[in-house]
Amino acid sequence: MKTNDKTPLMRVQGLSVRLGGREILKSVSLDLYEGEMKVLIGPSGGGKSTLLQCMNYLILPDRGEIELEGRHVDPHNARELCGFRQQVGMIFQDFNLFDHLTAVDNVSIALRKVRGMGKAEARERAMAELSRVGLSDKARLYPAELSGGQKQRVSIARALAMDPKVMLLDEPTSALDPELVSEVLTVIRSLAQNGMTMVMATHQMGFTRALADEVLFMQEGRIIEQGSPKELLAEGSGTRTLDFCSQILEVEGCTP
Amino acid sequence: MISEELAFLLQKLIPALNEGVLMSIKLIVPSAVLGLALGVVVGSLRAYGGRFFSPLANGYAALFRGTPLVIQLFILYFGLPNVGIYFKPYTAAVLGFIMCSAAYHSEYIRGGLLSIRRGQVLAAQALGFSTFRTLVWIIIPQAFRRALPGCGNEIVYLIKYSSLAYVVTCFELTGQAKIVASETFRFSEVFMVVGVYYLALVTVASWGLRRLEKRLEIPGFGH
Repeated sequence: MKTNDKTPLMRVQGLSVRLGGREILKSVSLDLYEGEMKVLIGPSGGGKSTLLQCMNYLILPDRGEIELEGRHVDPHNARELCGFRQQVGMIFQDFNLFDHLTAVDNVSIALRKVRGMGKAEARERAMAELSRVGLSDKARLYPAELSGGQKQRVSIARALAMDPKVMLLDEPTSALDPELVSEVLTVIRSLAQNGMTMVMATHQMGFTRALADEVLFMQEGRIIEQGSPKELLAEGSGTRTLDFCSQILEVEGCTP
Repeated sequence: MISEELAFLLQKLIPALNEGVLMSIKLIVPSAVLGLALGVVVGSLRAYGGRFFSPLANGYAALFRGTPLVIQLFILYFGLPNVGIYFKPYTAAVLGFIMCSAAYHSEYIRGGLLSIRRGQVLAAQALGFSTFRTLVWIIIPQAFRRALPGCGNEIVYLIKYSSLAYVVTCFELTGQAKIVASETFRFSEVFMVVGVYYLALVTVASWGLRRLEKRLEIPGFGH
């Protein structure tokens, strides 16, 4: 769990991004400690996705910097950038599996072509990761032959195979049919319980309450509220977060 | 009368055309393979070459798609000796075919590359792939599958425009046929038989290309 006297595993400072003349992120900072799970929530267009993509330099911020384990990362140095990205796993809303590769090859290709691992070793590691997400029996199937939940689990296995220090998850269950959400959440829950450091954008409130160490509420490119889910989601706390969450839950027909 | 026709066919025409078709195959196979390979490179540079390489590759494609192949062959064989570069007829023809078909292939490849969803690139980059490795291992294998029907079409064209090799004195199927025809004045017989030869070449090539497409087929890919 988090202890604030340590140096953060990942430090994000003053990220600002302008896309198409609009300010998408306005000087966002956050410190991520080892084993911590932060959840980003907030209305769409609030900058959650952009923040996550910036944290992996998939979008280059106009201002601001990122440190991993106390070391500054220079996104303009290609080798440093690739090394950094290998340590920060990314899970996308729409999976982005490589369509021309089987499940096991999706997991092993980065091991082989980025890490330079041998074919047999990479395959063995990939099979181990697939069995960790419960998909050993689907190893030879292509993405088009998998369900959404299975695709997302393969993409988690693909990220885990690189031994990332941090995982960024961008609404990993939002593109899934409702009955497939829980199989993906189960995998993410076990990652959290095994101490993986994560930042996840999600609208899964039950999950957030149970597992988040900190909730960050983002709106119009800023983090406007942050705190433990207990504080922010307490009945009568009057936070913007609580207000937003009760709206979601109302739509889904549940009570908070 | 009939035996005279048969004798002409078997003793004169077929041996000459067989010699010609061998030369045609020697022209077509390397031109198809290397033309496609160069086309993949040019197409990739056009789509992903950045500020420096993509205008160069675009210029190349514009030049070779914008001028007749005959002119390109003339320049290679008759023009370049003026600046001290000499090619044998065969070399000049193959070079011309490679460069011309690469320009056309590059267009199919470019289209294939642009059809690949951006998420594939993001996912590769997030795993630490460099731009070059993303292109080679993730994007091109998918784009190539999408481009293959178009590229196959270009290879079928190549089989037929290989007949232009005779203009640089490389005597392949059409060249041999012209020699026989002008010696014997049997134009219609000769060129009808030549047509059958080309039809056979194209049929074999189409069959091979379909097999390649089948081999590279991936469940659900491109649907």
